[in-house]
Amino acid sequence: MPFGTANLGGKKSDAAGGRFAVARETRASTITLIAALPAIIVLFALPAFADRSLLQQLFYVFTMLSLAQLWNLLAGSAGLISVGQQAFVGVGAYALFAFAVVAGLDAVLSIVLSGALAGLVAIPIALIVFRLRGAYFAIGTWVVAEVCRLVLAQVKQLGGGTGTSLPPDIASAIAGLDFVRNLFAVRGPAARDIMVYWLALVLALATFVLVYRLLRSRHGLALSALGDSEIAAESTGVDVFRTKFLIYVVTAAATGMVGALIFLQKARISPDAAFSLIDWTAYVIFIVVIGGIGSMEGPIIGVAIFYLLQYYLAALGSWYLILLGGLAIVLMLFAPSGIWGVISQAFDISLFPVRRRLIAKSGTTPEQADKPQNRR
Amino acid sequence: MLGWADTLLQGILLGGLYSLYATGLSVIFGIMRLVNLAHGDLIVLGAFLILAATSAGVPLVVACAVVVPLMFALGYGLQSLLLNRALGRNILPPLLITFGLSIIVQNGLLETFSADTRRLDVGSLQSASLPLGGGIAIGVMPLIGLAAAIAVILLLNALFYRTALGRAFRATSDDVEIAQLMGINNRSIYALTMGISLAVCALAAFFLGTRANFDPSIGPARLLYAFEAVIIGGLGSLWGTLAGGIVVGLAQAIGAHIDPEWQILSGHIAFLIVLVIRPRGLFPRAVD
Repeated sequence: MPFGTANLGGKKSDAAGGRFAVARETRASTITLIAALPAIIVLFALPAFADRSLLQQLFYVFTMLSLAQLWNLLAGSAGLISVGQQAFVGVGAYALFAFAVVAGLDAVLSIVLSGALAGLVAIPIALIVFRLRGAYFAIGTWVVAEVCRLVLAQVKQLGGGTGTSLPPDIASAIAGLDFVRNLFAVRGPAARDIMVYWLALVLALATFVLVYRLLRSRHGLALSALGDSEIAAESTGVDVFRTKFLIYVVTAAATGMVGALIFLQKARISPDAAFSLIDWTAYVIFIVVIGGIGSMEGPIIGVAIFYLLQYYLAALGSWYLILLGGLAIVLMLFAPSGIWGVISQAFDISLFPVRRRLIAKSGTTPEQADKPQNRR
Repeated sequence: MLGWADTLLQGILLGGLYSLYATGLSVIFGIMRLVNLAHGDLIVLGAFLILAATSAGVPLVVACAVVVPLMFALGYGLQSLLLNRALGRNILPPLLITFGLSIIVQNGLLETFSADTRRLDVGSLQSASLPLGGGIAIGVMPLIGLAAAIAVILLLNALFYRTALGRAFRATSDDVEIAQLMGINNRSIYALTMGISLAVCALAAFFLGTRANFDPSIGPARLLYAFEAVIIGGLGSLWGTLAGGIVVGLAQAIGAHIDPEWQILSGHIAFLIVLVIRPRGLFPRAVD
């Protein structure tokens, strides 16, 4: 690779004697950005004309999309393959119940605080599991998630092993709920659905922007260098531990916020539900892998496919899970970069570009500079 | 005092079972650097296969004698047909393939055998015990389990350190590229490794099924105990894995003695403590 992604970190200075420029935006990415704005506005306005069941389904889609973007950042970009992210969903969820029920705080404030707490908890966890590398790290994170589940099952104030429910008055103690009720002239439960839908939409957008900005920042550059070669990256000044540590903690905090929101909507918590490997990690991994790991577009495609499969096939029960497992295996064998990987390679397209590309100024574009760089 | 002595003894015996779970995992870690997330579920699959054979009227010992080579063949096929295709620098594909496999095995068992808890019946051996004096008795089946764990390790070490095939295994483990240059087919070595791993799983399944109730959902927990035993013991050493299994067993027994709800948690905590104090395990041999 003559023009590696990692060493083009500088400003838009002409690295090769004025004949080249470094660019990131593509025509497709500009069009996407312009098209995204009205789409987002429609999504925000949706409660005005959509029924409750659609809002509830979109709530699920948005929260799964957030979890998928976060896992993708962790595994796809930082190479930290965790099968224990349910730890932070669960910690965030339980923190919400603690802040809202025990401390009596407002739900939205509780979500933010729960995220902060999950991030704090992630610090000692990272210091321990970072001693394991690669695939061992994966199972190590799983052990930690089990520890969190077993510890919280001991907390009797939060329902112990059988769990507990949010009291109805607290479940509806969301700032602005009365405003929503009057605005749409709906009853309490419907207003609550609208509120959590908006929160999920905001969180999904915030997660997307966070991951996107992070990947386009110098940390993203460091990650891309790490993906190519840890040793080479370290020798050019990338602090491997610090970079991965930062990503792990930020991801945990955001995952905790999503977990808090999910269980605010469910209004019922138990250790098995909050720390479910299938719900918060297996499905999420499936979404990322089928959509395309290591790209911003992948989780979006993945969550759409996952939603359709879930909608039509979830009634099959364990056969549905067997099908998902089989699909993941087939995909890993024949298209490890997922659906978006296949599309972006075939059509040379990038909607949310995080890589820097070399563009020739003098009209004749050198082939290497125009082609997307190898993933990772 | 007596209670504690009994607890420690039970912990060591439990550790024997855990190291039997862990030996198969330790072998594939050591030789392929592969982590099989379906390991626990494959142990449970072994238990159900033995159960299916015995319910068809086959004596338990014969059922075991059939299921062990059957699981070997399954492991060999799994590696050569699936996992060998996903080898490479990127650890994600093999990890996710075994993760998918774990979900398939678990739910396949659920569909076939339902969620009911089962048990393998060993007749009068089930409750047989040897009195050790002072009111302490030692169960015959757990004792056989520990002996089997030791026997398996002796056997595998003899294979790895005394035979030409074992030399090929160790060479592949040390440096797969050089081993290939010396004419070793690493893919068939890997297939054999997975075969051995699952054969040990089948044996572990027998002791799992005779010791306690099992159902399709308990696989992941067995994977975690096995993994903890391997990491506590240190990568690359089967005796270390035995020691690691006993550490997990002891920790669980001590935890359960204090409060039955703490049994599993204590094992996990012991693992995390070892990870903090000795990240490379108690008896590390291999690097990585």
